[in-house]
Parts: sequence; C-alpha cells; structure tokens
Amino acid sequence: MSVIKRTVEFNHLTVSYYGNEVVRDVSCSFDTGNLIGIVGPNGAGKSTMMKAALGLIPKDDGHVEIAGEPIHRVRKEIAYVPQRNNIDWDFPILVKDVVLLGTYPHRGIFKRPRKKDREWAMQCLERVGMEDFCNRQIAELSGGQQQRVFLARALAQKADYFFLDEPFVGIDVGSEEVIIRILKQLRDQGKTIFVVHHDLSKVENYFDDLILINKELYGAGPVNKVFQPENMERCFKMRIGLPSSLGVEV
Amino acid sequence: MEFFQDLMAYEFLQKAFITSIMVGIICGVIGSFIILRGMALMGDAISHAVLPGVAISYMLGINFFYGAVVTGVLTSLGIGAISQNSRIKNDSSIGIVFAAMFALGIILITSAQSAIDLTQILFGNVLSVRTSDVIVTLVVGVVVLLAVYLFYKELLVSSFDETMAAAYGLKVRMIHYGIMVLLTLVTVASLQTVGVVLVIAMLITPAATAYLLTNRLSTMIFLAAFFGAASSVIGLYVSFTYNLPSGPVIVLVATAIFAFMFLFSPKQGVVGRMLQSNRRKVA
Ligand SMILES: Nc1ncnc2c1ncn2[C@@H]1O[C@H](COP(=O)(O)OP(=O)(O)OP(=O)(O)O)[C@@H](O)[C@H]1O
Ligand SMILES: [Mg+2]
Repeated sequence: MSVIKRTVEFNHLTVSYYGNEVVRDVSCSFDTGNLIGIVGPNGAGKSTMMKAALGLIPKDDGHVEIAGEPIHRVRKEIAYVPQRNNIDWDFPILVKDVVLLGTYPHRGIFKRPRKKDREWAMQCLERVGMEDFCNRQIAELSGGQQQRVFLARALAQKADYFFLDEPFVGIDVGSEEVIIRILKQLRDQGKTIFVVHHDLSKVENYFDDLILINKELYGAGPVNKVFQPENMERCFKMRIGLPSSLGVEV
Repeated sequence: MEFFQDLMAYEFLQKAFITSIMVGIICGVIGSFIILRGMALMGDAISHAVLPGVAISYMLGINFFYGAVVTGVLTSLGIGAISQNSRIKNDSSIGIVFAAMFALGIILITSAQSAIDLTQILFGNVLSVRTSDVIVTLVVGVVVLLAVYLFYKELLVSSFDETMAAAYGLKVRMIHYGIMVLLTLVTVASLQTVGVVLVIAMLITPAATAYLLTNRLSTMIFLAAFFGAASSVIGLYVSFTYNLPSGPVIVLVATAIFAFMFLFSPKQGVVGRMLQSNRRKVA
C-alpha cells in the first residue's frame, strides 16, 4: 500500500436521508489532471455523493480531502455546477451577470466586482461561445446554452477542482461538444474534474477515470480497468450490451 | 392642492409623509428579495408574529419596537427549526407557527386591558405617528438600506443560486436569518403606516410590479423602492383628502400600479402580448 496521498480522497463516505442509506462506505482516490466520470443507474446516489463530498448536505460518516486539506479549507478552489433543475430560470439576471458570479468567491465581503472582473467574465463567455448572448435574461436560452453559461461561470471561478452534475442532460450535440472540449482542455492544464454522467456510450471517449456507484462502490480507477462488462452488469443489476460501440443509453 | 398647504402647515402630516415614504422604500427593497427567494408566506408570517411582541412591550412599558423584533426573530427561528427537523414542509410550519403567534398576540392584547388599540395595529393609522416613531422608522430605514448595499453581492448570489453560494463557503443560513431580521425590522416600521394585516401587500406588490419590468436585480430593487414610495405618497394624499383609512388606500394604490403594469408593461404586459400574438396570426 502506498503511503503517498493522492490529490482527491474519498474516505468511507456514507450518506442517508431520514435514516435511509443512499451512499454506503465509498472510498476511492484520484490524482490531479484527470477527468473522472461518475456513473450509475438512476437514484444510485451520484448527486448525493457529490453534494456530501462538497459538504452541501450532512454525511453520516467519512470525510473527503483535497490536496490533503478538508473540504472547508479549499472551498474557493472548487467550482460546482449542480443539476439544472434547482435554478430559478426567471430570476432577473443577465447571462453576463451569471458568469460574473464566478468571480465572487475571490472577492472579499463588501467588495464589488471591478471592471477587470467583468472583462474576465466576458472572456469566459467567449470561451464557451456565448458572448453574443451576454445581455439576454437566462430563461431566453436553450438548455445547451444555459449549460454553457454555467460552465463559463465555473471557468470564471479559476478553480482547480470542478464538480459537474449531469452537464450533458437535455442539451444539443453542439453544446455537448463545446463542453467536453473545454473540460479536456482544463484537464490538460492540470485541473481535476468530476462529472456525473448518464450516457455509457461516451464513457471511454470522455473520461480518464471512472467511479461506478450504485449505493456502494462497484469500481473506481482508470476507465479501461473499471469499464468492464462484469463490473457494469453488477452495478446496473442487468445485462448491458458492451462495448461502447453499441451505444447503450441507460 | 389643499393637501400640500396642509403638509406645510401640520407637523403630524409631515411625520406621516416622511414615515410612509421611508416605509414604501424599505418595503420595496426587502420585498424584492422576499419574492425572489419565494418567501412571501414568510413575510406574512413575520408580520403577524410581531403582535405578541407589541403586547408584551406594552406590558413592560417599553417601545413596542423591541418586543416586536424579538418575537419576529423567534418566529423565524421556530419555523426553521420545525421544517429542518421534521418532514413537515416549510409552508406548513409557517402556517403552524404564525397562526399560534397571532392568536397569542390577540389574547395578550385583549386580556391586558391595554390602551393599545387592536384595530390600529392591525390596520395602521399613519396620521397618529409620533416623533419617536419617525425616528425608529428612519433608523430602521438606514440599517436596512445599508445592509442591502453592503451585502448586495452575497444577497444576489445566495438568492439566485444558494447551492453555489454554499459551495464556495458563504454562510447561507446566516444570510437567511439576516434577511428574516431585516424583514422583521421593516414589518415593525410599517406597523403604523399599513398595519400588520396589510404589510404583506407593501412587501410583495411594489416588488412584483418591478419584477415585471426588468431583467436585473439592481434595477428591480430601485423600481420597487420607487413604486413603494409612490404608493405611499399617493395613498396618503387620497386618504387625507377623502378621509379614508391610510393603510388600505396605500395598498390599493400599489395594487393599481401593479394592475397597470401587468396589463401594459412593454415586455410582460398582457395587452402587449395579446397584440403581438394577433399580429403574428395576421402575418
Ligand atoms: N432530498 C432528499 N430527500 C430524501 N431522499 C432523497 C433526497 N434526494 C435524493 N433522495 C433519494 O436518494 C437516492 C439517491 O438520489 P440521488 O439524487 O443522489 O441519485 P442520482 O444517482 O443522482 O440519480 P439521478 O441519476 O436520477 O440524478 C434516491 O433514491 C433518491 O430518491
Ligand atoms: Mg442526480
């Protein structure tokens, strides 16, 4: 057993809602500069695991360390993009101001965003190809465009660790390509990115590492080791046509 | 014009004027956050829950302001405690706590045989404002406006995306209770202008009107403050001129402004949209 700590460590993470365990004793660890997929069937506890890891909901047991520090010490280095459904799309806010929110974590209390923050927000919007939409209200965008705006906000945070919950659900192919390209660029810059993901056909294409979860951990590590038919079938409790060339949606 | 001559001449009218403008402004500002955070019911709850505080203050012989703030804050803590520690949803726990507080308030006031006029607290009477009340209102106004100015960034991000705010380390629970405290202060300041029962209208209606008109929070807050103040001034004028109760008149003015914008606002107006869809059908 190696004693060298890896960059992101989940240790015995256990979470329950009203006494009902939904994540049980999950331990795994990853190095920086990786794009990590989190895969499992509906209701497997993927979102729960991510939220508990970030300290957004209470956990029963376990802890998560990033770069040897507990989460609460490294919050500002983390960008989290939640599943789309908990945003009020009618909120009076423009696209460029959503992205500007990404600069808030590094602006102290009482301090307003400056001109250079606004410029930086625009650069992030350009990176996701949404600069022409900067003065729209956020409800006036397609699902894919909205997801790109939230990625731009995460970019604006200049974080080292990214946690994205189902960024590809309900979006167009073009947006998906833009987003995965940027995530791979970030990875190549040495960022560490966790992505909850549904579409098994893309797993090998998109990710370096994989977390296979269905309440308990069914595998964690490099994609080529974890993404094996026997693992997938155990996790999804059903026969799944692999390899990925079959393009199975679960 | 008689109103304006009287305004120059009578101190009580000047006090009413200043108080109601300030109340209109701060109700608009806090109301903007109340409607965006989906806390309208909470606003109603707090306004009713200050009643026992007013009664207890009277018994202790202190300014009703202190007791009202204490019971207002206790109520919001109680509601939070119930909905976080049980499966009872937030709106139900609001219903439980605020009805209880209101009932308690009515019993305290009637059994204390106090000189407090229940009608006046329930429906307000801005013409009876004393100098000490004007000062309380102005102090509350300054506190509220300063707090919103200083914490604007945090209020914006936590109202729009609380999860993100929590993820980067903002104390979102503290912000929530901070807003509850401000809400309580605003409610207490509004007691004499519009009364307990109608405060909710001053919180919601001007802010909702502003919400129809803009896509930016900062603009919404300014517009809401403007509509709130305008409702107060026009309402005061009408109530004075025609000898009608001030609170209800102010509320109806705010409602009239809302109705107008609802029908005719450039973007969201019902009439505008109907015309547009007709044009589309014709084309
Ligand atoms: N707030 C909650 N209260 C109670 N139970 C919950 C809550 N959130 C989720 N659950 C339950 O916990 C389990 C895991 O939910 P979670 O949202 O983490 O799954 P998921 O893997 O993200 O699913 P999906 O693929 O549908 O997003 C589910 O059975 C769900 O019903
Ligand atoms: Mg989920």
